Amino acid sequence: MAKMTFEAAMKRLDEIVALLEQGEAPLEKSLKLFEEGTKLAQFCDETLKNAQLRIEELSEEPGEPDTEGTEA
Amino acid sequence: MSSLLLTVSQLNSYIKSLLDGDRHLQSVYVCGEISNFVNHYRSGHFYLSLKDDGAVVQAVMFRSAASRIKFTPQNGMKVLVRGRVSLFERSGQYQIYIDDMQPDGVGSLQLAFEQRKEALAREGLFDAARKRPVPRYPARIGVVTSPTGAVLQDIRNVLTRRYPLAQLILCPVLVQGSEAAGQITAAIRRFNERQAADVLIVGRGGGSMEDLWAFNEEIVVRAVAASRIPVISAVGHETDFTLCDFAADLRAPTPSAAAELAAPDRGELHLSLLEKQTAMRRALQGRVEENRRRLLTIRQSRSMASPLYGVELRRMKLDYRAGQLKSAFVHTVRRQAQTFGTLAGKLDALSPLKVLARGYAIASGEQGLVTKASQAQEGDSLRLKFMDGSVSCRVISREIVVPDGEPHRF
Repeated sequence: MAKMTFEAAMKRLDEIVALLEQGEAPLEKSLKLFEEGTKLAQFCDETLKNAQLRIEELSEEPGEPDTEGTEA
Repeated sequence: MSSLLLTVSQLNSYIKSLLDGDRHLQSVYVCGEISNFVNHYRSGHFYLSLKDDGAVVQAVMFRSAASRIKFTPQNGMKVLVRGRVSLFERSGQYQIYIDDMQPDGVGSLQLAFEQRKEALAREGLFDAARKRPVPRYPARIGVVTSPTGAVLQDIRNVLTRRYPLAQLILCPVLVQGSEAAGQITAAIRRFNERQAADVLIVGRGGGSMEDLWAFNEEIVVRAVAASRIPVISAVGHETDFTLCDFAADLRAPTPSAAAELAAPDRGELHLSLLEKQTAMRRALQGRVEENRRRLLTIRQSRSMASPLYGVELRRMKLDYRAGQLKSAFVHTVRRQAQTFGTLAGKLDALSPLKVLARGYAIASGEQGLVTKASQAQEGDSLRLKFMDGSVSCRVISREIVVPDGEPHRF
């Protein structure tokens, strides 16, 4: 889960909430989903709390964008 | 010159000199409605008539002047023209040589805007079906604007406050002047070529229609429409509309609003995360509750109330099976008994004893049964078996009946 993007985490979290609310998974599976969902929610919250806007400039040449940007 | 004899050319030339010599006619403003408009495709000159309710006058606008106007003149359009009046000697017709033409009532830029908007709309560039959804959680937000303007600062402030998760990627461009349209177009294309952003904000601060004009240029509008990355247009103030706005996937009234459209709000996300956690907990509790209820139901059921209930159930099943087995057995025995009876009857009918009862006798000699006369010789002793006993006798003579019927003696 360490490399997960915020977007992917939110998407999976929504899935888990939906699965749990449908209530079709067996209890054991539901518990596992709950555990995963809680971790994802914590990850998202942490990411939100610690994020700092990064600013970069799109370089003229094809390739990686310049990383001369500063943090806001 | 009351009695001069003139050629037609001399007359026209004279009239022309009179007109050209009139100071007032060297620069006149005339308003009227365009009719008989011809855009001469080879020369680039415009030929037209100007008319009002009572009169009509010919006019021409040479290419050098015609190429400067931004809108396309059309029949029925009310215009204000500036030009000089002179005579076209060959036809003897006087006409206005137009230097500049403005739409009467609306500005020429406004008219050009409307005309271009209509043409591009007809092409389907502004169709709602073309609009791509803006991603909910963009990781990279591309910005095409001036590096020095307030727009960048506004976007940066909003993103810092709302969604600092994102990476802001700036492509600095000129946003007004003759180079602006080309630079903006190139920037949009570059973002697309490199897939360098999840959403693009294209914009600039407020200004006059001339200032914003780059965002009405066809190449910019087409680049926005063609962008695979969703584009949010943020040009000028709330009341300013550009063609870029119509081609974009979303139009923001201000640059700050564009940033708000591009990214979710951190505070709201935090709340939504709390809600999700609550929802998960509630759902899980429901699940546990449901299982507890089910367990209770099972506990209270008959099989749980009496441990022997299951045994009883199985015994009943066993009895039933045993009954089935028994009846199957009886059935089989009966059927075989029946078969036996039939066979016994057949056997009885074939019994030699029955034959003896009808008066036949069975002859046997030393070699066994004698069934043919040819098996017995004179002097042989035979044993005849009857139904009730047997006798011994000797063959005295024999007669053999051959198939053709004549008996003969040996």
